[in-house]
Amino acid sequence: MKALPFVYHGARCFHLDQKNHQAAVAAPVSRPAGRHTATLVPGDGVGPELMGGVREVFKAAGAPVDFEEMFISEVSPNTSADLDTVVESFRRNKVGLKGILTTPTTFKGGVLQTLNMKIRRELDLFANVVCVRSLPGFQTRHNNLDFIIIREQTEGEYSALEHESVPGVIECLKIVTEENSMRIAKFAFDYAMRHNRKKVTAVHKANIMKLGDGLFMRCCEEVSKLYPKIEFETMIIDNCCMQLVSNPYQFDVMVMPNLYGNIVDNLAAGLVGGAGVVPGESYSSSVAVFEQGARHAFAEAVGKDIANPTATLLTSCNMLRHMHLEHHARVIEDTVLKVVKGGKIRTKDMGGHSSTSDFISEVIYCLP
Amino acid sequence: MAANLRTVVGQNIASRARALLQGSSISDLQCLTTQRRSYLSHVASHETRLLAKYGGRNTVTLMTGDGVGPELLSHVQEIFRFAGAPIDFEVVEINASTNTPEDMENALLSVRRNGVALKGNIETKFDDPSFKSMNVALRTQLGLFASIVKCKSIPGLNMRHNDVDCILIRENTEGEYRQLEHENVSGVVESLKIITAKKSKKIARFAFDYAVQNNRKKVTAIHKANIMKLGDGLFLESCREVAKDYPNIEFNDLIIDNASMQMVSRPSQFDVLCMPNLYGNILSNIAAGLVGGSGVAAGSNLGDDYAVFESGTRNSGRTLKGKNIANPTGYLLAGCDMLEYLGHNQHAEMIRESVMTVLSDKQIRTPDMGGSATTLDVVKAIIDDVKPKTLAWKSISEHGAYLQ
Amino acid sequence: MAGKTMLINLLKNLNKPTSFSKYIGPCVTQLQNQPCSNTSRHYSSQNRLVTMIPGDGIGPEISVAVKQIFSAAGVPIDWEDVDVTPVKGPDGMFRLPPKIFESMERTKVGLKGPLATPIGKGHQSLNLALRKAFALYANVRPCKSIEGYETPYKNVDIVTIRENTEGEYSGIEHVIVDGVVQSIKLITENASMRVAEYAFKYARDNRRSTVTAVHKANIMRMSDGLFLKCCREVAAKNKDIRFSEMYLDTVCLNLVQDPGSFDVLVMPNLYGDILSDLCAGLIGGLGVTPSGNIGEEGALFESVHGTAPDIAGQNKANPTALLLSSVMMLRYMELTSYADRIENAAFSVIREGQHLTGDLGGQSTCSAFTDEICRKVQAS
Repeated sequence: MKALPFVYHGARCFHLDQKNHQAAVAAPVSRPAGRHTATLVPGDGVGPELMGGVREVFKAAGAPVDFEEMFISEVSPNTSADLDTVVESFRRNKVGLKGILTTPTTFKGGVLQTLNMKIRRELDLFANVVCVRSLPGFQTRHNNLDFIIIREQTEGEYSALEHESVPGVIECLKIVTEENSMRIAKFAFDYAMRHNRKKVTAVHKANIMKLGDGLFMRCCEEVSKLYPKIEFETMIIDNCCMQLVSNPYQFDVMVMPNLYGNIVDNLAAGLVGGAGVVPGESYSSSVAVFEQGARHAFAEAVGKDIANPTATLLTSCNMLRHMHLEHHARVIEDTVLKVVKGGKIRTKDMGGHSSTSDFISEVIYCLP
Repeated sequence: MAANLRTVVGQNIASRARALLQGSSISDLQCLTTQRRSYLSHVASHETRLLAKYGGRNTVTLMTGDGVGPELLSHVQEIFRFAGAPIDFEVVEINASTNTPEDMENALLSVRRNGVALKGNIETKFDDPSFKSMNVALRTQLGLFASIVKCKSIPGLNMRHNDVDCILIRENTEGEYRQLEHENVSGVVESLKIITAKKSKKIARFAFDYAVQNNRKKVTAIHKANIMKLGDGLFLESCREVAKDYPNIEFNDLIIDNASMQMVSRPSQFDVLCMPNLYGNILSNIAAGLVGGSGVAAGSNLGDDYAVFESGTRNSGRTLKGKNIANPTGYLLAGCDMLEYLGHNQHAEMIRESVMTVLSDKQIRTPDMGGSATTLDVVKAIIDDVKPKTLAWKSISEHGAYLQ
Repeated sequence: MAGKTMLINLLKNLNKPTSFSKYIGPCVTQLQNQPCSNTSRHYSSQNRLVTMIPGDGIGPEISVAVKQIFSAAGVPIDWEDVDVTPVKGPDGMFRLPPKIFESMERTKVGLKGPLATPIGKGHQSLNLALRKAFALYANVRPCKSIEGYETPYKNVDIVTIRENTEGEYSGIEHVIVDGVVQSIKLITENASMRVAEYAFKYARDNRRSTVTAVHKANIMRMSDGLFLKCCREVAAKNKDIRFSEMYLDTVCLNLVQDPGSFDVLVMPNLYGDILSDLCAGLIGGLGVTPSGNIGEEGALFESVHGTAPDIAGQNKANPTALLLSSVMMLRYMELTSYADRIENAAFSVIREGQHLTGDLGGQSTCSAFTDEICRKVQAS
């Protein structure tokens, strides 16, 4: 190791006052205890194929991560691992990579909560972050997009409280609590601070749901007072969707309740190239689970070798970064972006003709 | 300073202080504080329980302070980064020159957001009476009622005493530090010292709880109740009362002048010390001196909601600024305490171990500890010691070489 | 009020051939058989009456424009203007003037300009009142790319049909304990069947090929499950129209990637609210998007954009949304040939790009735009 540069490093610090700090390129860092273990839930659909790709790339890049793989699924319960085991593994490793779990639509009675929801509840993964960023060199209708969608994902419409009050009439309860609204609002603002963002937009429908969404909006407003340096605005969900397709450049960080988040996540993913290119992550206070930004299992593509591994690879890079493996994260991310930018090897959804495995091998080949 | 301190003795004055306590000035002051808090809406009451901790990573406010603060804290950041501590710093530049209410408010907001701060000392210009100490303001505004200074001998460092291991717990928000001073008639200055039963009990309970949690055996209350019968008497009485709830912890009390003497002659008798504000200041400086000077001791300020970590002796070291000879140990140990507070025990242990190895085994020390190394030498040595402990390091540096 | 008796007579005549509640049903099938059949079959001699609510801000200007175009096209319609400014009742409460309800009761068809939303003014919102009074259960918004007005999205031709009476907007909310709010989303079989049936009927009447049910039944398994079940049942009865079902999030994803792949979308209230505005965004915003509310007792067509008070009275407003809504209304009233003429004229004026208002990227005025459309209508 050469002489250490003793300057302020911008790598993991950010400044309220930026006048004399410049983010310097950080030296690689690591953390104690050698190789790291992360939980891996391949998920349904094309998940296992994509995760296989991630493993290959990790191996080729020498990323010191061991995966603790657990298969859990709602559609094939026979081969599925126990929920408790999986949750325990996430808790122990504190970090994990997760594919998408399919939920059967048909409800045959019994427990209303889906497996995805159960995992989120158990781990208290209250915040979902989707980074919407245009890929350089990949043309879509809107280019140079860069914004963050933060979604509350433990309550709201997803509370799984439904009942048939009289035959033919079903009530579905949407729960909004002050505690969770405060928490997600704080998360959003903290995230904005940490990533040097300028504005937080709270998305709601408080003109109709005056109490529920009203509470959410009020919480955001209150938390915003603690962050005078960050601009705060609110927007109604329908208008927000319209603005997203007509002028998405106005957004920076967006925070919203569960269902709206689901809509906006997917919409935004569509803006930059679809479910195959957008990474995402879920946080509780102690666990971080990394999964694709737009959650589609893409079951119809199983075994066809056509799924786009970009999102999964970018997600895994974010995981490495979270685990302090800055260097590996950067190497893999740069390579993936380079391959995408090169444009020769692209999967079908990006307008190319290459297969998943072509893409993976190209990434491995291009690794420095 | 001590010469300027006019200790007011006498029962009538004490009772006046009491009357004042119930009367206008104190309640006004408290009112002001609560107003400020309520200005920050009732968020405070909710957000308090929320550290900025997501996915195992904490965001922590870093207040740079004056003197050697900025450089030493940058070294702390550096070492944390190499140790892979899951901490993200939000740097707030605050020092004696950034003295506007907005700067103060920004710093406060940042701590309120993140819950935890690592802080360099901010100088107080004592020749300007209108200048309120920002350190004190921070403590009162954030309700940091307890200050903890850990003094432990560093093995291999040849000091007069090598068996110092005491924890000094000090009431942080009242006593002599309420900054209630006025000149009655020309040439006569009254300085009010406030002691309340509520806060005295709170700090006593805190001290005993701390002793229980950290497997300590004894709590010693420090006071001057022989002279200040009412004020310090109340403090002592409160401690005695609380002690009854902790039968397994030995309790005794010492008068401050005696305690100071004991501290320099036979420091090993002390375990946990519990005291009002001013005495705490005095004793913790003495204890810090015993273990190697102001650069070695680590301090922390804890409240119900927030925690601020700083060097134990709270002086800015202006004279050492930019000379690359300041001792980073105090801030590093404070940083370790912070890691422990946040539950990252593994990292805290690792860094602390490396610090000790460098200071005692490798004998790389700054001049204040009798060595000749520069700050950078010490930091570099610590990083070198940390590196092998992070085994993953090897593969990365290989990769780095490959890239170049 | 001299004309009142006349109007009532007229109304009686109107009601004779077909009662309004059946209006949507059988007539449209006839329409299907004779797609180009003219219009005023039933009442060729008499003009039909339509309630017009000009609205606030730019509302009066654009409704005048619509009337002008209608008269240029010779549409056999008489307008009955009503003012909806709230009046103070005997009890001191502000409420909507009863005239609007009387008028709608008579005409069964209304055209409405933008209204300033009085937030928290205490009186009932007009939309809500009319929706209740006339059981306007479905909101229909056809979104079609307009040639000459470029957006990043091409070939959009989507119709969103939104259940309008229940779902998340039931308005049932309460605080359970302090800091915890519960809102109830209500889904009933009746309402779901009704809107699903309408969707298929709309698809058939407008020669659409596919109806897609949008739902989130993977999460809301019972409520959205019921809606989905109803759609499936209705689909089974309407084999001539293709039926598909999609998750809400998938729809969002695909909408922005490939909007051309969608046709008619049917969905519960909240999703409809969001997706209809989203689709409007795809074709250039609410200023060019028509909207209609279909009910059992009547129908209300409206422009859903804002009142734009900043340009009110300056002859800068764009009447397209209201005009296209009125075209929807004509189709609904089976005045199809007029509808086609007006629509073609409007689209060709926009395509030519000579007389566009400011919001469409031109420099022309509202009246010039209107005059040009009138000229085209007369020429056709």
